[in-house]
Amino acid sequence: MNTMVEVMDKTTGAISSADLAQDRPSAATVGDVTVADPRMTCRDVDVWYGAKQAIKGVSLDIGKNEVLSMIGPSGCGKSTFLRCLNRMNDTIDGCRVTGSIKLDEQDIYDKALDPVPLRAQVGMVFQKPNPFPKSIYENVAYGPRIHGLTNNKAELDELVESSLRKAGLWNEVKDRLDQPGTGLSGGQQQRLCIARTIAVSPEVILMDEPCSALDPIATAIIEELIDELRANYSIAIVTHSMQQAARVSQRTAYFHLGDLIEVGETNQIFTNPQHRLTEDYITGRFG
Amino acid sequence: MNNPADTTPPRRAIDIVNASLKRRYARERRFRWLGATAVTLGMVFVVLLFADIILKGYTAFQQTYIQLPIELAAATIDPDGTRDPATLARADYMKLIREALREQFPEVRDRRDRRRLNSMISVGAPDLLRERVMADPALIGTTQELWILADDDIDMLVKGYIDRNAPESDRRVSDQMIGWINRLEAEGRVAKRFNTIFFTHGTSREPELAGIAGALMGSFYTLALTFLLSFPIGVGAALYLEEFAPKNRWTDLIEVNVNNLAAVPSIVFGLLGLAVFIGFFGVPRSTPLVAALVMTLMTLPTIIIASRVALKSVPPSIREAALGVGASPLQTQFHHVLPLALPGILTGSIIGMARALGETAPLLMIGMIAFIVDIPKGFTDAATVLPVQIFLWADSPERGFVERTSAAIIVLLAFLFVMNLAAVLLRRRFERRW
Ligand SMILES: Nc1ncnc2c1ncn2[C@@H]1O[C@H](COP(=O)(O)OP(=O)(O)OP(=O)(O)O)[C@@H](O)[C@H]1O
Ligand SMILES: [Mg+2]
Repeated sequence: MNTMVEVMDKTTGAISSADLAQDRPSAATVGDVTVADPRMTCRDVDVWYGAKQAIKGVSLDIGKNEVLSMIGPSGCGKSTFLRCLNRMNDTIDGCRVTGSIKLDEQDIYDKALDPVPLRAQVGMVFQKPNPFPKSIYENVAYGPRIHGLTNNKAELDELVESSLRKAGLWNEVKDRLDQPGTGLSGGQQQRLCIARTIAVSPEVILMDEPCSALDPIATAIIEELIDELRANYSIAIVTHSMQQAARVSQRTAYFHLGDLIEVGETNQIFTNPQHRLTEDYITGRFG
Repeated sequence: MNNPADTTPPRRAIDIVNASLKRRYARERRFRWLGATAVTLGMVFVVLLFADIILKGYTAFQQTYIQLPIELAAATIDPDGTRDPATLARADYMKLIREALREQFPEVRDRRDRRRLNSMISVGAPDLLRERVMADPALIGTTQELWILADDDIDMLVKGYIDRNAPESDRRVSDQMIGWINRLEAEGRVAKRFNTIFFTHGTSREPELAGIAGALMGSFYTLALTFLLSFPIGVGAALYLEEFAPKNRWTDLIEVNVNNLAAVPSIVFGLLGLAVFIGFFGVPRSTPLVAALVMTLMTLPTIIIASRVALKSVPPSIREAALGVGASPLQTQFHHVLPLALPGILTGSIIGMARALGETAPLLMIGMIAFIVDIPKGFTDAATVLPVQIFLWADSPERGFVERTSAAIIVLLAFLFVMNLAAVLLRRRFERRW
């Protein structure tokens, strides 16, 4: 409960009156969780693993054509929150989500909503590259095929090529599309997974530490890719690298022990954090 | 460190490590030695077992025949000359063989001696001759040097299982017969030839006519149906329990029960089959159908457990990847998880099948022990299976069945070996890295 007290201290102490005047959905979060043009809106989201609460009343928007980065110490619930956004948590026994998460006005936790098309709309790239043990071509073609996105082989070929091109992988694999995706290097695998995700044309892409297993060169390629993808997609990315967050994102959210502590323009978060916990974290005093 | 007198320099950790090193290595050596001994002992017993069975059984793959010039007289076989199969089938072939035999031993005139002479020929010989003639009616009217199946006593004598020097009263073959055989052997009219009967005939009271074809077909029908039933049900159940079922007290209970069923003695399944399938549902007894139903019950737990282990070993990242691009749970399972789990599932299933192939006890309960000469032609024909056939032959007093028992065991072991090999190969074939 220490954190709570601190949060209260901070909000009464350091925040300008202008901020306080705003009708902020979550009293505990510093900064503006809303955006003018939201794609996804989350309000008062709580997540429990059995009796343990992993996310505590988090409200946050993800804007159109925006990259939102989520940072915070290990175990603070970044992955958990990200997985709520395409109902990936459904697959975990004992995981319970409350509050409201909307994708373009549609409540994604609505009983009537089918999570299968939702996951085609909100794609996910995982921390560890996880290509299917099939050919490179099959990896990318699988999603479009099960959703029936293409009418014939030529269209599918085209879609596979354009997805691989967007992921910056085409030139490296165009001569060996029939070879197993698992035979690629770690960085190539991660780009293959990104190609697989964008092949189904999602509207939002969730990335959970996509570069944690990659070297700086592969990381740079993916960061460039994220910047390009922003033109068409909304992206939420979890990262442990503050430099990465600073490089790729427009907004940054700082999580701490299940609480969303502070949200703001990336520039502002890194140069002028409002909350002491955020400041401690980004200046490397803990975490 | 309150005691100021305690001034001994602190022992370095490496000294303590070194002091215990010798003991640790000795323990390691002992363990390795024990392991090697156990493996060697096991190998010795396996070799002994195989050597014993093969030495006892290999002679059954050959069978003694007597070559006789048989006059296939048209007057006896086909008096009307119509070549009508019904007539050919009815003819007295025994008479032809006996006449040929009498010509070889013209000096044997006494009725009782003649009967003894005739007893050197198998009672099944006329049937074999009939098959021969009906397959090739052009032979009728000619005299052919044909190999005629010898009686099992003669077979045993020729194979050396009957000691020619033992007192006459102690052996089943009289001195007189040995004399006849010696004479035929001297003329080159006795030979051991490959025993096709063993592979083409059903069982018989006469060892020389007994074969494993009936039991093999019975085993084949039983196993095929068992696989068709237990594989889809077992894999389906495993898939449901592992991937779809809610984890609650009921599924826990089911899991415990499946594990327990795998350890239930097989005879209990036989009793269950007798009561439920035969008693209640009226499935015909002694048939591959009822045997397969019982075997299915018996192998299901094995398949379910093996499949669940195989499914569990598929990394969750693959499931997440599939779900992440919007595959439905069923598509995730069938497109990604199941193919990856297949090697393990197949290995488990083949091991279950191998166990079913070798199973005897439950089948005794459902009437597979009946003496069935005909080769079964379907799932509802009365049949027996290979291990039960071995059990029945092992119980028969005739010396000729001893070698056949071992020979049937060799065949059974060969099939088990092939199945296990198939399990290994399938595993290799489908194994994929991720
Ligand atoms: N499947 C689960 N069952 C139970 N508890 C879980 C599960 N997954 C995560 N947790 C718990 O929820 C909390 C948040 O976990 P989460 O994985 O979201 O952290 P994170 O911020 O992504 O950490 P990291 O940066 O190390 O990836 C942690 O305390 C974790 O122990
Ligand atoms: Mg995480």
